[in-house]
Amino acid sequence: MRIWTTGGLLAGVAVLALAAPALAQVSLVGEWSPRYHEDQPDRIPGPELGDYTGLPLTDGARLSADSWDASRLTLREHQCKVHNGPYILHGPIQFRLWEDKDPQTQQLVALQVYLNTYEQSRTIWMDGRPHPPEFAPHTWQGFSTGKWDGDILTVYTTHIKQEWIRRNGVPNSEKSTMIEHFIRHGNIMTHLVQWTDPVYLAEPLWRSEEFVLNERTAGNWLWPCEYVDEIVDRPHSAVPHYLPGKSPFDGDFAYRYGVPVEAAKGGAETTYPEYMAKLKTLPKPSKPAAGSGSK
Amino acid sequence: MTTQRTLFAVCVLLGAAGFAQRVSTQAPAARPAPAPAELASIHVQGNVYMLVGAGGNIAVQIGDDGVLVVDTGLAQNADRVIAAIKKLSPKPIRWVLNTHFHPDHTGGNEAVAKAGSKTNGGPAEILAHENVLTRMSAPANKIPTAAWPTDTYFPEEKDIYFNGEAVMLFHDVAAHTDGDSIVHLRKSDVLVAGDVFVTTSYPFIDQANGGSIQGELNALNRILDIAVPAHEQEGGTYVIPGHGRICDEADVLEYRDMVTIVRDRVQDMIKRGLTLDQVKAARPTLDYDLHYGSDTGFVTTAGFVEAVFKDLSNPKGKPVVR
Repeated sequence: MRIWTTGGLLAGVAVLALAAPALAQVSLVGEWSPRYHEDQPDRIPGPELGDYTGLPLTDGARLSADSWDASRLTLREHQCKVHNGPYILHGPIQFRLWEDKDPQTQQLVALQVYLNTYEQSRTIWMDGRPHPPEFAPHTWQGFSTGKWDGDILTVYTTHIKQEWIRRNGVPNSEKSTMIEHFIRHGNIMTHLVQWTDPVYLAEPLWRSEEFVLNERTAGNWLWPCEYVDEIVDRPHSAVPHYLPGKSPFDGDFAYRYGVPVEAAKGGAETTYPEYMAKLKTLPKPSKPAAGSGSK
Repeated sequence: MTTQRTLFAVCVLLGAAGFAQRVSTQAPAARPAPAPAELASIHVQGNVYMLVGAGGNIAVQIGDDGVLVVDTGLAQNADRVIAAIKKLSPKPIRWVLNTHFHPDHTGGNEAVAKAGSKTNGGPAEILAHENVLTRMSAPANKIPTAAWPTDTYFPEEKDIYFNGEAVMLFHDVAAHTDGDSIVHLRKSDVLVAGDVFVTTSYPFIDQANGGSIQGELNALNRILDIAVPAHEQEGGTYVIPGHGRICDEADVLEYRDMVTIVRDRVQDMIKRGLTLDQVKAARPTLDYDLHYGSDTGFVTTAGFVEAVFKDLSNPKGKPVVR
């Protein structure tokens, strides 16, 4: 009996081992809606001009953001730009995820994602294919390959278009790459992003969001966009921007919220817990000079 | 996305040295570049492919009428260019178009033209703006006659029709050089920009050969005028840069914005009386340096700033905003 039981156990283990690929990971299929309890002011109403807190920016990123004039979004070619891969799940959005399987083998080929904001489609290739060569086109959502680490889906994305890291003009570059982790806990999914950008980030930026599985279908909106001429008397080739040091909003955010100017400007140091001690030693911001945008 | 899927089938790696090879100005004595055994060939869209690794990027349009080639790379890579073209089509090369005269874009002219035929067994026609012929035929450059354009144009636009599509050449005065053409393969919806648009560096304003910052901007704005994105500012018209990766309008837009912003900053500094050294010290390109900047090589950050400064300091005779 003892021998039979051992044999039975071994047989059972063998069966489970064979079945392992089908049971190995959780399914992420479904329609997902975000919860905005984390970083809500940044994600929904949007950040204030000059608020770079918590971002490990390079000096170049700071200059670019300080130069940014929101009127640039009124240019024809800027109007229909969308949030790119590293940003889009941070903003207002719902998404639908489904699996593409080879009909002959039932092996997973790709995960498909429809992102309702901006009508974006994304493919996460799961079949081990390589990324395109460096001279291939970039897209808003980039080129993604994924693999399962147990129940965690890890996705690596390259070939991402330039857009922004924060919705107040902090740019990202086309040299950005992204590693994501999708972690499901029941009907909640945690999404972690590690965003690397050798141009505008001094260190990788980590972000996270939570999503809830929808039991009723949603998130299949369309998002048509057609540019219009918003400002009629502007020269054809003008690009709205502020010259260095000339932004009317310079210092406004720091003064309004009592954040030390240095901290408001971000940087890698400001993202670490140790910075809290230094923060207490920094002077309170003074009222921006006359002529600034201080309110 | 069809283009990206197609690109997957093409994974011939780029020889970085040949890719990074840039140009000289007055005396086009190109440095020899170690070349890969085989050039990378990528389907861009419609009838158009891009060859990478021969110097400047090369566009190849194929069809029933034969082959049309835009730019020919460095001379020492001509055999590989011809081999790569023959892999794309068994038809004869009928047309060679040049976006400008620099040797990383025209070095293979003679060999590529002779590998094809236009009439009576003669070499393929070489078409370019007339200033390309002027530059290439300058005695100091010692470029063989067989490499010179055999057909030139001087107005703002020149059209031909080949392989069932309109091929339109647009000239902007004094841009990267004084002889630039932007080539639009209209049915395939691919623009070949030459070096007025690159993704690998700041623009090279070749002032010694008639280039200017405002002409450069006019050319970039022309690309934006022609290009039409497909969906949410992505895809649609594709743009082959003189060097670097395949782009669309959104990519050219960011580059145009960058060049415009740097121009405006330098212009403001000139108005405030700053010298060239002071302008360089103020780093008007700081936000773009980690992307496009370099302290070494052919196109340096300092060289770009200096070109903009000199051009704006002496605007007489330079192009105006188009």
